[in-house]
Amino acid sequence: MSLDTATVRRVAALARLRLEEQDIARVQGELNGILGWIEQLQAVNTDGVAPMAGGTPGGAAAMPMRGDVVTDGGKAEAVLANAPDREGEYFGVPKVVE
Amino acid sequence: MHATDFTLGGALAALNEGAISAEELTRAHVAAVEALNPKLNAFITTTSEQALEAARASDARRKRGEAGPLEGIPLAIKDLFCTEGVRTTAGSTILGNFIPPYESTVTAQLKRDGAVFLGKANLDEFAMGSSNLTSAYGGVLNPWQRKDDPDARLVPGGSSGGSAAAVAARIALGATGTDTGGSIRQPAAFCGITGIKPTYGRCSRFGIVAFASSLDQAGPFARTVEDCAILLRSMAGHDPKDSTSANQPVPNFAAACARSVKGLRIGVPREYRLDGMPAEIEKLWRQGLDWLRDAGAETVDISLPHTKYALPTYYIVAPAEASSNLARYDGVRFGLRVAEKDSDLGDLYERTRAEGFGAEVRRRIMIGTYVLSAGYYDAYYLKAQKIRALIAGDFDAAWAKVDAIVTPATPSAAFAEGENTDDPVQMYLNDVFTVTANLAGLPGLALPTGLDHQGLPLGLQVIGRAFDEETVFAVGAALERTADFKAVPAMRAGA
Repeated sequence: MSLDTATVRRVAALARLRLEEQDIARVQGELNGILGWIEQLQAVNTDGVAPMAGGTPGGAAAMPMRGDVVTDGGKAEAVLANAPDREGEYFGVPKVVE
Repeated sequence: MHATDFTLGGALAALNEGAISAEELTRAHVAAVEALNPKLNAFITTTSEQALEAARASDARRKRGEAGPLEGIPLAIKDLFCTEGVRTTAGSTILGNFIPPYESTVTAQLKRDGAVFLGKANLDEFAMGSSNLTSAYGGVLNPWQRKDDPDARLVPGGSSGGSAAAVAARIALGATGTDTGGSIRQPAAFCGITGIKPTYGRCSRFGIVAFASSLDQAGPFARTVEDCAILLRSMAGHDPKDSTSANQPVPNFAAACARSVKGLRIGVPREYRLDGMPAEIEKLWRQGLDWLRDAGAETVDISLPHTKYALPTYYIVAPAEASSNLARYDGVRFGLRVAEKDSDLGDLYERTRAEGFGAEVRRRIMIGTYVLSAGYYDAYYLKAQKIRALIAGDFDAAWAKVDAIVTPATPSAAFAEGENTDDPVQMYLNDVFTVTANLAGLPGLALPTGLDHQGLPLGLQVIGRAFDEETVFAVGAALERTADFKAVPAMRAGA
């Protein structure tokens, strides 16, 4: 499966990555190189194999539950300390509603 | 003897006996960092003042009889671990000014046990790479040199390249790393030191900048197997802040280093004998197996039939998870923001991420976004998860016959900057022997057991059952005792 330029543009948009027109051919070549190499996986018979989701040996069944309670919070200053722009206790962004 | 030549265990003994103070030990390492880091670039941020202050506090604790298990030991911390109040970049421009308001669990535990932090070690950007060359803060020089070409700039491996180079050059007694596909074991092998990726879930991932959450695991670097064991005991343990952290007791790993390997069954997977593998690697491997047989272990030929699919599987799973994890870098809540005067929110996101991420990170986000996108999920991501289950199943079957598996750590010795960089896939092949342990969630240790014809270190890898790091340490320590690896890099403190 090889990506055309329209798909490369669409994927960049989905990934929220600005892609300059002059870089599209290079990116397309790199992605197709990697995807071409990955293609060999289609040859593996995986009928009836349960997918392994997560890295926990023994599977996700080993994952614990915890109570649905607030354990942390009230740290607005710490949360905002690294914000590039803020208005009071809010993150600042360009106007989104006219 | 120079204070930077101690093993970690040796330094702890010297501190206990009062032969050296934590302040003296730290001062020696701080001086070594100042002398060598301008060439090595192993640290992105040094914290010398804080380190000396912490060392004095450590001496005071020791005097009061409150010494912790790592009391006064100076360490390098991979710049992927959030450290409260100390800049944490993940090797990326996008986090160039990020000062975490909290501490990662692993570094908090190291501090709790008395360790002193020398600074934040360089790494491939977001831990994506096998050379440290994708760091936005420049590459790291491997302190080893080729006999025939001492001027070649060799890479330390990656992604934990700064951590490995710092320990090899003796400017840190030990270091933290993370390993998603080989990022502890490959740089350990390239730099002639020891490193272990423990079982998935052994160390908390809380406060470690996420790359691929189902594969990432923290682990230590040091110059001996026992030193890694000492560090891992402090790093490991259950943490309610990471739901994948295992609620398992943390054994005394260092004690396991003294265990005999007599009667252990050591697996030799035939699929790891690659076409075109250098004869030196083949010889190193055979030699290691001979040593283990001499020590009373039995070697058993085994098959891990899906091995050849591990790397392409990894290059679906890891980018997919990375594309999700890295969605948080939006130029709004923390990190870099890039916008034009008339940028709307979408344009702000796109410009911030295009400028803030380097080429390899952007490439992996694109691959990950594509394989997760509507219509392709089953063909790529779901398929990869099924093959991952087959790879894990290969190991499960092997454990019926063997107690540990021994393989080469890397397919070559350290390469030079500029080599392996034309084709991303060529670079990915560096992790061919290490990536299977990440996919299966198993512990893997790399240690140096020989030199190649250029005088560069070569390493072996020991893989164990889930949560059986003790057997891994026992086998690693047995190899270490026989290998008696005494070679040192050209560039090192005290040289």
